Amino acid sequence: MTAKPLLTARDLRVTFDLPAPGGMPWTKPRQLHAVGGVDFTLMPGETLGVVGESGSGKSTLARALIGLVPATGQAVWQDGTDLIGLSPGKMLKYRSEIQMVFQDPLASLNPRMTVGQIIAEPLTTHHKGLSRTEVKTRVKDMMDRVGLLPNQINRYPHEFSGGQCQRIGIARALIVEPKLVICDEPVSALDVSIQAQVINLLAELQRDLGLALIFIAHDLSVVKHISNRVLVMYLGRVMELAEAESLYANPCHPYTQALLSAVPIPDPQLERKKRIIPLKGELPSPMNPPSGCVFRTRCPRAQAICASERPALRGRAHLTACHFPGPLPPEELTSFAQSA
Amino acid sequence: MIDSQQMQSLAARMSETEVKGRSPWADARRRFRRNKAAMVSLCVLALVALFAIFGNTLAVWSNEEMDFNVIGQAAQLGAPSLENGHYFGTDDLGRDLFSRTVQGTQVSLMVGLIGAAIAVIVGTLYGATAGYVGGRTDAIMMRTVDILLAIPYMFVLILLLVVFGRSLSMLFLGIGLISWLEMSRIVRGQTLSLKNREFIEAARATGVPAWKIILRHIVPNLLGVVAVYATLLVPLMILSESFISFLGLGVQEPLTSWGALISEGAGTMNYGTLWQLAFPLFFFCITLFAFFFVGDGLRDALDPKDR
Repeated sequence: MTAKPLLTARDLRVTFDLPAPGGMPWTKPRQLHAVGGVDFTLMPGETLGVVGESGSGKSTLARALIGLVPATGQAVWQDGTDLIGLSPGKMLKYRSEIQMVFQDPLASLNPRMTVGQIIAEPLTTHHKGLSRTEVKTRVKDMMDRVGLLPNQINRYPHEFSGGQCQRIGIARALIVEPKLVICDEPVSALDVSIQAQVINLLAELQRDLGLALIFIAHDLSVVKHISNRVLVMYLGRVMELAEAESLYANPCHPYTQALLSAVPIPDPQLERKKRIIPLKGELPSPMNPPSGCVFRTRCPRAQAICASERPALRGRAHLTACHFPGPLPPEELTSFAQSA
Repeated sequence: MIDSQQMQSLAARMSETEVKGRSPWADARRRFRRNKAAMVSLCVLALVALFAIFGNTLAVWSNEEMDFNVIGQAAQLGAPSLENGHYFGTDDLGRDLFSRTVQGTQVSLMVGLIGAAIAVIVGTLYGATAGYVGGRTDAIMMRTVDILLAIPYMFVLILLLVVFGRSLSMLFLGIGLISWLEMSRIVRGQTLSLKNREFIEAARATGVPAWKIILRHIVPNLLGVVAVYATLLVPLMILSESFISFLGLGVQEPLTSWGALISEGAGTMNYGTLWQLAFPLFFFCITLFAFFFVGDGLRDALDPKDR
């Protein structure tokens, strides 16, 4: 691909200051490294899946890209503007290009507004000159497009099901014709049958509108279904970034291997034979991440170098941040099993 | 035979009509209507309001006229009667108590409603702004409220009335100054819990300006709490005005209020003119009760989870 990337993130970091317990106002706050240096590029029209366990900084990464939490580093948009640290006035222009779909469908809709008002809000914010009838027509078109009946425009969110609410959320994100939609676990609050509908809707809209998606989820099969490339995060760092096929068929990072081994297989016989690689211990605290490779405390391949040196993201198409990348050797399986 | 043209127009109609949604407010209204005590209280309040507005047209005597037949013999001749037009009797000066009560009702209701209105408008905007902006702004704004609350307000009110003279506008000012403090605290607390909800985040992500988020997303979601608190605030305002008037510092003659009337009536209780106390007190009590019941009903209607 020679096209210009839509978004390039370089060393993106999000650090939250937490007041020290019992500290005075001038006490230096403790720092929580939610995202610790993430690099990736996103091509126009591409879907980047982001996976990782709870607390790995997936949602914070999304919020940093959209400017909801302060971040450092760079996130360069197609036209060469760095979105990080942009003043609110200048950021406004890009807010219509990057939209977001939230996790909890009902909570992301204002209960006191009608569906029409909710969907129209980005439109009226970014295109102030539109007349009321124009806004209404566009809202109705969009409702039709996401599979909602346009005559329900005056209803309130609590009168819809979870799947319909998520469709409303998607309609709200798409009405300003963005180039990038960040989906923060858009289906994890939905029933499995509804999940499929919403994901297929997203994929269909992406094809029709040429959207790029950043799709955050902890359901690996969902991510595999929709993503072109997948980014695996652990404790705010990128562990592995590769084409979905390549990552699922041939994971090189021990964390990805453990993560993938936990995916249930919808076949009882295969499922029984499957070997789950359990990880030792707990996710370390992001207040005090391990030195060097953040995964080393739970890694079966950890050596001395892992504690001293932070592994860089290496590789051409299949990038891995590990000092000892490679397919799962059989003896490691047994060491995993013993430590379990 | 089916007229195909008519059928088509029918089909078009049916697909066009926009379904009307049932808003959370409509839900609350339905729940409120089912609450008998609250509905009865609402009727009582409506009747009191009608009494305040149209009472003067029923009155035979104006509130300033003195009935010279009655002066000096209020206990014997000033009792309530339909014949001489003193429906509620007269006071010691021979003034018609009916029209005096109408006037007192007007003044007291106005004090209550204006005080509550100031509290709602100022308190809501102040609290929502402090809560939404957060950080140092919030700290400064709320510490100011704390300091103002620490000053004994009755004392300030009395001082204001003594220094600047007793007048209705001074009373409104004094009551308005203190009524919004508690409200802003409640609203700020609610705003803090609303602020991190996803729909606020969605609005911020889209780039909706802060003042619009406050007015469009936060305030409408606060109004339930505000409405409940405002209905409970009205009787409190009436009570404090009555207390001030009872002390003799409130509204000035020839104006009067429930508190002033009750004070006068209480002073002559021992001389057999009980109606002078009974009528103002009756209106005072039913209004306070009605407001409290309405507030209770509103709370149940607007916050079904807390029942």
